[in-house]
Amino acid sequence: MSNDNQVLEEFTSREYEHGWTTDIEADSAPKGLNEGIIRFISAKKNEPQWMLDWRLDAYAKWTKMKEPTWPNVHYPPINYQDVIYYSAPKKSDKTKKLEDVDPELIKTFEKLGISLTEQKRLTGIAVDAVIDSVSVATTFKETLGELGIIFCSFSEAVHNHPELVKKYMGSVVPVSDNYFAALNSAVFTDGSFCYIPKGVRCPMELSTYFRINAANTGQFERTLIIADEGSYVSYLEGCTAPMRDENQLHAAVVEIYAMKDAEVKYSTVQNWYPGDKNGKGGIYNFVTKRGLCFGDHSKISWTQVETGSAITWKYPSCILKGDYSMGEFYSVAVTNNYQQADTGTKMIHIGKHTKSRIVSKGISAGHSQNSYRGQVHIMKRAENARNFSQCDSLLMGDKCGAHTFPYIDVENKSARIEHEATTSKIGEDQIFYCLQRGIDEESAVALIVNGYAKEVLNQLPMEFAVEAQKLLALTLEGSVG
Amino acid sequence: MLTIKDLQAKIGEKQILNGINLEVKPGEVHAIMGPNGSGKSTLASVLAGREEYEVTGGEVDFLGKDLLEMAPEERAREGVFLAFQYPVEIPGVSTINFMKTALNQIREHRGQPALDAVSFLSLMKEKMKLVEIDQSLLSRALNEGFSGGEKKRNEIFQMAMLEPKLSILDETDSGLDIDALKVVANGVNKLRNKNNAVIVVTHYQRLLDYIVPDYVHVLYKGKIVKSGTKDLALELEAKGYDWIKDEVALA
Repeated sequence: MSNDNQVLEEFTSREYEHGWTTDIEADSAPKGLNEGIIRFISAKKNEPQWMLDWRLDAYAKWTKMKEPTWPNVHYPPINYQDVIYYSAPKKSDKTKKLEDVDPELIKTFEKLGISLTEQKRLTGIAVDAVIDSVSVATTFKETLGELGIIFCSFSEAVHNHPELVKKYMGSVVPVSDNYFAALNSAVFTDGSFCYIPKGVRCPMELSTYFRINAANTGQFERTLIIADEGSYVSYLEGCTAPMRDENQLHAAVVEIYAMKDAEVKYSTVQNWYPGDKNGKGGIYNFVTKRGLCFGDHSKISWTQVETGSAITWKYPSCILKGDYSMGEFYSVAVTNNYQQADTGTKMIHIGKHTKSRIVSKGISAGHSQNSYRGQVHIMKRAENARNFSQCDSLLMGDKCGAHTFPYIDVENKSARIEHEATTSKIGEDQIFYCLQRGIDEESAVALIVNGYAKEVLNQLPMEFAVEAQKLLALTLEGSVG
Repeated sequence: MLTIKDLQAKIGEKQILNGINLEVKPGEVHAIMGPNGSGKSTLASVLAGREEYEVTGGEVDFLGKDLLEMAPEERAREGVFLAFQYPVEIPGVSTINFMKTALNQIREHRGQPALDAVSFLSLMKEKMKLVEIDQSLLSRALNEGFSGGEKKRNEIFQMAMLEPKLSILDETDSGLDIDALKVVANGVNKLRNKNNAVIVVTHYQRLLDYIVPDYVHVLYKGKIVKSGTKDLALELEAKGYDWIKDEVALA
């Protein structure tokens, strides 16, 4: 094993690729959280009274809640008064068109490999980019507008589509759902909003990129997607952050509301800064993502590739309320060095003939801990509900851990539930086999890991799949177990 | 092509190879035979560069280069191919994808551009015919759920794709029925030419009916104790290995 460990040591010294900061003047709130800060945020965003009231209500609820301790992650207590809850690139209030965006920002996104201008021109993906707390540019708005699709920043939606926001915000993830959702509801600064009208199939991938830039700043974005009857949308989300010694807080909420016959595909490639090789710094990623299959025959599919963050706490879930509705969860979670991930899903079957499918692939390396936590709940009236779950763990080296916590609650006898789980190690034999064919070790690991995660990667839209494959290879370069 | 001088190797504290000498020239087929535990597979592994084995003495020259100095992937890129006795499974990675990665890394090493999809496919089709392998097998995850025969045939297919200078077949006959054996041997024979060489490691002479060797060497206790022509293989088949052991004991 000594040789493996040596290889692992080498690999842990690998640097995080997105660890630069951009020198943009920021307009920030003072540190700390109280009613005054919430009023400050709301005022900065020029929000209507109802929005402020909603925030204050959430804040009041949050102060009465306790941070959850059940996840299999360990970190020193977070001082919520030591966080900046609002930071905006200074020129942002005027920038509504791409041309007006601060050139430094454009450079930032180019470094990320997501040049907005290029994206706009070439790929036909509509992008909403959120830096620190504020949405800075949304592309393709006009093209989408012709179809009646609304794709804009959350702040704009509050002003321009208050009836939709009022009706659906908090309908899937209630304010008091959990500690971090309540915190987000009180202080969220921006995010993306999307409405697909009846019978419309969104002709392009909608994409949001999130980046934390300013120091000591928390990012609290909110995404709300409403898919009206018979509509379809595929939504992509990507995240990065600079390297910093302190831990930074990220608590997002994503709500998806799918009506009758609607289908939403939500894909995430999460690459927040994971901390250095000794576990210093990194993003605390506490995210609540939930979709409601409200109408009959609706479908929500989550796909996530999680490679970043010091701590990940995330369970993209589906509430299958409509009859014949369907939920899917495809996940690859990679942890390395001292990263900790506790991630999985919840599938709540309420309607009849509802179906869910869970495919989770965990990969642990270094000293990391990787947990799958999943719940399948078949409620009383969910006749003929079906679930299939597959949870695989891949270990690299002998200092990491993989854990599986499946919870299954069945209240209806007609349910059919299948659960499969495997744990494996990347074998020296596999690596040697590749080497003997002339393939170097880094490529060999990439090949084996991508093969292992193939079923999930296949779910991603093409552009994202390529990015995700590279990211997996990069995160695990040289790591043999 | 390959010159092995006094090669010694151990695994853990156990000395396995005790001074191997062997000369392989282009166009030749050498068979390495011997009883179980004599060091046959160790020799194959050491030549391929498996790290569990520690070389404790001797030298190996391959086409004018010090083979033992090279990393396993360099050896492969320089033209050493090992057909494994137990090919491993790699879930989710098709043979096609695997071969594309391998071939392009080898080509890069040689300073050649990567093959485009069309050229790769036509090369693949040509080699498929040679070893009578079906494309559906190559689209499946590498060796996953393959029968013994399919695994071995897949090894020979890879050999055909990579066109090595020196191929080492490690117990390629084990676990094959006679029909599969013929297909595999047939493939190897078609790949032979005056510029490449093959080392066949085998316990039984059965395979040598189909891949006819120029030289047969008997390995015992980590040394080549007897060399001869294919007649030696037949003699071993008839008499077993005991007489060799007796000869060594007397000497």
